[in-house]
Amino acid sequence: MIGYVEYISLLIIPLFILFTVLYGTFKKVRVYDSFVAGAKQGPAIILNIFPYLLTIFVAIKGFQASGAFDYVRNVFSGVLAFLDVPIEALSMAVMKPLSGSASTALFTDIVKTTGAESVATQMSAVIMGSAETTFYVLAVYLGAVSIRKTRYLVPVCLVADFVGIVVAVFVTRWFF
Amino acid sequence: MNVLWLIMICVSIVFAIFTGNLEAFTKSIFEGAKSAVEISLYLLGIVSVWLGITRILEDSGLIYRIAHLFRPIISRLFKNIPGDHPSITAITLNVLANLFGLGNAATPLGIKAMQELDALNQDKGTITPEMMTFIVINTASIQLIPFSVIGILASYEHHNPAVVVLPVLIATAISAMTALLILALFRRIFR
Repeated sequence: MIGYVEYISLLIIPLFILFTVLYGTFKKVRVYDSFVAGAKQGPAIILNIFPYLLTIFVAIKGFQASGAFDYVRNVFSGVLAFLDVPIEALSMAVMKPLSGSASTALFTDIVKTTGAESVATQMSAVIMGSAETTFYVLAVYLGAVSIRKTRYLVPVCLVADFVGIVVAVFVTRWFF
Repeated sequence: MNVLWLIMICVSIVFAIFTGNLEAFTKSIFEGAKSAVEISLYLLGIVSVWLGITRILEDSGLIYRIAHLFRPIISRLFKNIPGDHPSITAITLNVLANLFGLGNAATPLGIKAMQELDALNQDKGTITPEMMTFIVINTASIQLIPFSVIGILASYEHHNPAVVVLPVLIATAISAMTALLILALFRRIFR
């Protein structure tokens, strides 16, 4: 089963590219020129995004290194011990909206230390799969069109993240 | 965003002073800058590749056929987009890429969607309701198959890593729906 899933996932992008190029040629598109014309827009977009990404990354890294991140986690851990949610799942829940690569590293670490089939791993897996790196998405998408007035978007995303994590905890409890 | 950033910076510095992590804090700021550069360079390559491919899709007209199939769903979520606007195509492709867990492809298509949505924006610099809906859908990240999670579980000899597929699917569907409900609620309060 897993072999098939992995193989299909490997196939999707190459097949899609092949199909695009062949279909374009069939429709008499000069695919090389089209590709170059599209790619040309890349640098301008990234130049726009870069300052936003930098700003949010500096804040996130500083937050982690200062010890504030650990403090927030400890405050919550008391409440969660009461609800019988493993501390690892909480770390995951706090980490995932902040950083994609850090949460992947954290998840690997949880699997390694608590075992591949522990409650902590299962719960973290569901959080990992169902939550998104919210701050990164906000920085990139808002940066792309230089939006400064975000109105109530940020609170909505944070509340939605919180609800998403609660949902993940319940779904895990129900399944495993 | 302004308030959030201000709070993060101030809280971090106060914490760094009290916990004696000042050195680590200063170092981390430059590490953050470094990872922003690294990610931007990485994105530059990936975004350009996908913009190239999207351009072929546009020039061949295929993109409009794909979008046509999904128009009923998309226009229900985004009421103020004209029926034949290019943003519908970009949004559709972004959502599809997210569904299949193709994170690399989803970001460039999302950026494109934001630019198309901004073309409809009367008040530049201020977010539109459509952009909010789009970003909320993205952060709720509806995903069919969480490949990266399955991969990690498989490499640590889980007896059946694919067991997470169904719970993730259910969790992600419920949280996406609640995210949209929360957005609708906020919209009503702060119109």
